Amino acid sequence: MNVSRRPGLHTLALRHRSFLLGSVLSGLVVLLALISLVWTPHSAYELDIANKLKPPSPAHWLGTDHFGRDVTSMIMVGAQNSLVVGVVAVSIGMAVGVLLGLWASAQRGWAEELVMRFSDFTFAFPAILSAIMITAILGPGAVNSILAIGIFNIPVFARITRGSANAIWAREFVLAARAAGKGRAQITLGHVLPNILSAIIVQATIFFAIAILAEAALSYLGLGTQPPQPSWGRMLNEAQTFLYLSPHLALFPGLVIVISVLGFNMLGDGLRDLLDPRLSRTRLAGYSSR
Amino acid sequence: MSVFLAKRFAIFVATLFGASVVIFLALEILPGDPAYAILGADAEPSAYEALRRELGLDRPAVDRYFSWVGGMLTGDFGVSYTYSVPVSELVVERLALTVPLAVIAMALTVVAAVGLGLYAAAHHNTIGDWGVMVFSQFGIALPNFWFGILLILFFSVYLGWFPSGGFPGWSAGTWPALKSLLLPAVALATVQAAILARVTRSSVLETIREDYVRTARAKGLTRTATLWRHVLRNALIPVVTIMGLQFANLLAGTIVIENVFFLPGLGRLVFQAIANRDLVVVKDVVLLLAAMVVIVNFVVDLAYAVIDPRLGARDA
Repeated sequence: MNVSRRPGLHTLALRHRSFLLGSVLSGLVVLLALISLVWTPHSAYELDIANKLKPPSPAHWLGTDHFGRDVTSMIMVGAQNSLVVGVVAVSIGMAVGVLLGLWASAQRGWAEELVMRFSDFTFAFPAILSAIMITAILGPGAVNSILAIGIFNIPVFARITRGSANAIWAREFVLAARAAGKGRAQITLGHVLPNILSAIIVQATIFFAIAILAEAALSYLGLGTQPPQPSWGRMLNEAQTFLYLSPHLALFPGLVIVISVLGFNMLGDGLRDLLDPRLSRTRLAGYSSR
Repeated sequence: MSVFLAKRFAIFVATLFGASVVIFLALEILPGDPAYAILGADAEPSAYEALRRELGLDRPAVDRYFSWVGGMLTGDFGVSYTYSVPVSELVVERLALTVPLAVIAMALTVVAAVGLGLYAAAHHNTIGDWGVMVFSQFGIALPNFWFGILLILFFSVYLGWFPSGGFPGWSAGTWPALKSLLLPAVALATVQAAILARVTRSSVLETIREDYVRTARAKGLTRTATLWRHVLRNALIPVVTIMGLQFANLLAGTIVIENVFFLPGLGRLVFQAIANRDLVVVKDVVLLLAAMVVIVNFVVDLAYAVIDPRLGARDA
């Protein structure tokens, strides 16, 4: 008898265009950051005023900035910065948001109402506004921008976790677990969390892309990463002053931001299709709050 | 319906109140002493004492909170520490730029997104649909401030059609003022349109598959008439929700874009206030922006009830 088998996850992944392209693009950015830890074509910090504002050449692939620093090296080191901010901010949002969402879903009633109203309430503070408040109090800096982006992520993670968890709580195997005498905490950790993990991973990937964008915007405004640490956003800010003299300076950092965000978005889309096809709408819900 | 409205109104008021408390705590209580925050740790004791009195810091916090909120409600926003003028004057001047900018950007967003979304859905699985999806994918990944810089590079530096920044004021005439807002509005709108076009497309595609649409076609209505009369209104519900969130974010986005184009709006005001440590202005403008976001969301809720009568009925 001929039994047709559903192809395995890795076979499906290899066939999924968005997943493949997203993996390649985001992989490239991660690779760039990793290589920059051990090697860059030039120092990203060393000033060379004699060679300032040079166009792309074999010596400086993407040219030099107004201090004569090598743009390629700055972009490579800037990748470290974007990825670190993304990882830490998303981890903060995910850790707190998922806990709140799980708690709301397990308790229902007032707890759920409280978490939902809290997340409604935080929508009054778009990331940039909370970043402005945080910098007004603590001063600008990478850590404060991470905090602002992380806090902004919390309500969205809480909402998605609660939504997915509620669907699991309504399933029969949870009823069976309750009948077997398991407590809420046990069911949450043993049954709910493992079943919603894929939804959370998908969301984390997509929020990673949003975090990269937010970090770039904050650095552009001077609220994020501070000199001399190179960051893509600030490179664009500095490039704007020399727009008439050296327009190429304004191109490359922006392109790298687009490539990274595109990469992580497509990776998220791919993961969503592969891991959890029901989630097709959540990405736009997250993005509208950009 | 009235229960639904009352509920939304209660949430609206509670959110506004909550936002004001958070802002007050964050900007008046957390920094320890705002007078020190403004003057710096090495301030002269006499200057410090004078500023404390000027800011009313010798009064209890609860007292200060209520006089701040009461003042905001009656139009008395306090006096800016750096400009030495009433904050309300500064704000009104800046609103004349920020609000038109956000409104133009929103109008561009809606026209482009609904047009593209409808076109893509009506030409599902064709090259046109694919083109809209690619635009959307790139648009979502585009930082609006970078796109703003690219627009300046192309339209101002190379073509010289538009000013590269600055605002002549409405007194200079409508066209010169609009001209200096157009590129910033396009920079803001492109990203949001990319998102909204996707929402519109998927919402229309979902609605097209509904039974009542098939019935409308079966009773002899043309494709276009069905699309306009039956599909669009129903497909608009999720579109309006996202639009509300987007308008709020356009307002926040103006903070960045005003800095790209050197526009003297609310965003630039709050930004300069941070640089000058003018916490009075920061506090007022942040509350104002948060209030605008909350008000827009409330209006969206109302619009929602009008578009989808089921919603009001369910709550009543």
